[in-house]
Amino acid sequence: MLGGMTAVTLNQFVPMPLAILLAVVLTMIVGAVIEIVFIRWLYKPSVLRMVIITIGVSILIREIALHIWGDGVRALPYFTGSSVTSINLGGVYVSSQVLWVVGAGGLAVAALTAFFNLTMLGRQMRACAANRDAARLCGIDTGNMVTLSFILSAAIGAIGGCVVCPITYVQYDSGTPLAIKGFTVAILGGLGNSTAAVGAGMILGILESFSIWVLPTAYKEAISIAILLVILFFKPSGIFGSAEAARLKEF
Amino acid sequence: MARRYFAIAAFAGLIVAIQLTTLVTGTAYYLTQLTMTAYYSLIVVGLCMLIGYAGQISLGHAGFFAIGGYVTAFLTTFDLKSHHGALVSLLMKSGGLVSRQDVYGGSLLTVHPWLACVAAILLTVVVAYLVGGPVLKLKGHYLAMATLGIGIIVYRIVLGTEFLGAADGISEVPGFPLPGGLLITGDASSRVFNYYLAWGLMILGMALLLNLIHSRIGRALAAVHGAEDAAEAMGIPTARYKLHTFVLSAVFAALAGVLLTHYNGGIGPSEAGVMKSVRYVAIVAIGGMANLWGALSMSLVLNYLSLRGYFGTYDDAVFGVILILIMLFAPDGLLRRHLLSDLKRVVSRDPEGEEAP
Repeated sequence: MLGGMTAVTLNQFVPMPLAILLAVVLTMIVGAVIEIVFIRWLYKPSVLRMVIITIGVSILIREIALHIWGDGVRALPYFTGSSVTSINLGGVYVSSQVLWVVGAGGLAVAALTAFFNLTMLGRQMRACAANRDAARLCGIDTGNMVTLSFILSAAIGAIGGCVVCPITYVQYDSGTPLAIKGFTVAILGGLGNSTAAVGAGMILGILESFSIWVLPTAYKEAISIAILLVILFFKPSGIFGSAEAARLKEF
Repeated sequence: MARRYFAIAAFAGLIVAIQLTTLVTGTAYYLTQLTMTAYYSLIVVGLCMLIGYAGQISLGHAGFFAIGGYVTAFLTTFDLKSHHGALVSLLMKSGGLVSRQDVYGGSLLTVHPWLACVAAILLTVVVAYLVGGPVLKLKGHYLAMATLGIGIIVYRIVLGTEFLGAADGISEVPGFPLPGGLLITGDASSRVFNYYLAWGLMILGMALLLNLIHSRIGRALAAVHGAEDAAEAMGIPTARYKLHTFVLSAVFAALAGVLLTHYNGGIGPSEAGVMKSVRYVAIVAIGGMANLWGALSMSLVLNYLSLRGYFGTYDDAVFGVILILIMLFAPDGLLRRHLLSDLKRVVSRDPEGEEAP
């Protein structure tokens, strides 16, 4: 939401690629600031405490956004072409922006996979997630890792917001449902597994879109949450996650 | 024992004092917001019981409030005159229906408010039991997200359902009749009566919860909160106690929803919103988590200020900030029971007695 909104605002002053870049950087800074101000100095915070704090922060951001931008609906222009042009892909007509979204999603997953598997920093972050104390014993600065993960996820969120907002539009309150959907997808795919998360995201998206065949459109939001509940109740390890890995995390 | 009832009596005295003050200063119109505050406080103390004493968080209590409110609003405004099923005639014979005039002078045949209230509470109990069973098996942030999800589902359903008024909600809900010709309604003429009734119910609920806390169940819950495994080992059926507390707090929320809907004469989808749930949790947090009196007094102050519009457009932000600050600096809640002794220890802390962090 923040990424999309900032990009829309900046787009009035600078060319679009620059606006998006600036928006992503700004959102990353906001992510880092949130972590440093609210999370970092807490002594061994429980996850629940962090969740409640981040819920509070998201309310705050939402209210600030409302006061800055008002409750109007905004959007970036299409990156290429316009809302009526489409590209013929083997007989199927797709809007060019959809290709941008899919492309950006694929790129983000590829980049993340490479980061976590190939770079030192990525491996350190995984170590930190697996066992914080052991990671610290190996000389990893776990505090910095948490900040970095906040920055990283803020960046990805901002990129997503920029790419998607020409199609879905952004508004001051479009963040919260997306956050819950994101949580659903992460659980569905098994936490800490970005490739499976993409698969889970597609399943969720398709289920949600097809649900309007049998249920009124207004219930669409409720569907993804109901799926979240069902997954949490019956298979908290996610569809693609292994049960052993899930047992290590505390439910 | 005596202290408990003394506190209740003192609180009742405060309620009377507030009413007399408004009488003397000629500000009786404040009583309307104070009455609404009483009903909101009912949810808060119920939630306080769940969060503070059973140690289970719920970010979906506005959902239960909305279930109560919407069921009674729908049943007492839906015209059954053109329906002739077996159920309708059965209700008719047993006196479960009332006919009354709507604002345009046309006649309406609707379910009696008392029956609607019972139906609302029953539905809430069923939903809370069905949902509570699996939800309470979750811990920590999964529990928070699951309850948040339940709240959002209720919100989406009331927002998207045509016969529940969609975005407009349900209005023109009749007053709630009581024996002796009295009525729960927002009418200015019965303002003082409704004020005392609402706070009377509140005090009754409070007495119930206080007694519960000091009973075997309350001590068992305290054990669950302290160390669930240890409590389980001592033979306490932890899952059952948690579930019952969850249902009890849901019923408190639903009852508040029913009565406030009759008092306001309507209900809208925003009552089911996430912000409302977060607000109740924030109030419980600032009240000191396991401190019913703290939660009640904070609810009285904050809900009243909010309803009077003192926070202006920053209404939601205020509760967000409260939640963040409490969680950052006092995760056990602000007005907790040992606050005074804790403060004393901090002030007179000698170097030897300092514990290693």
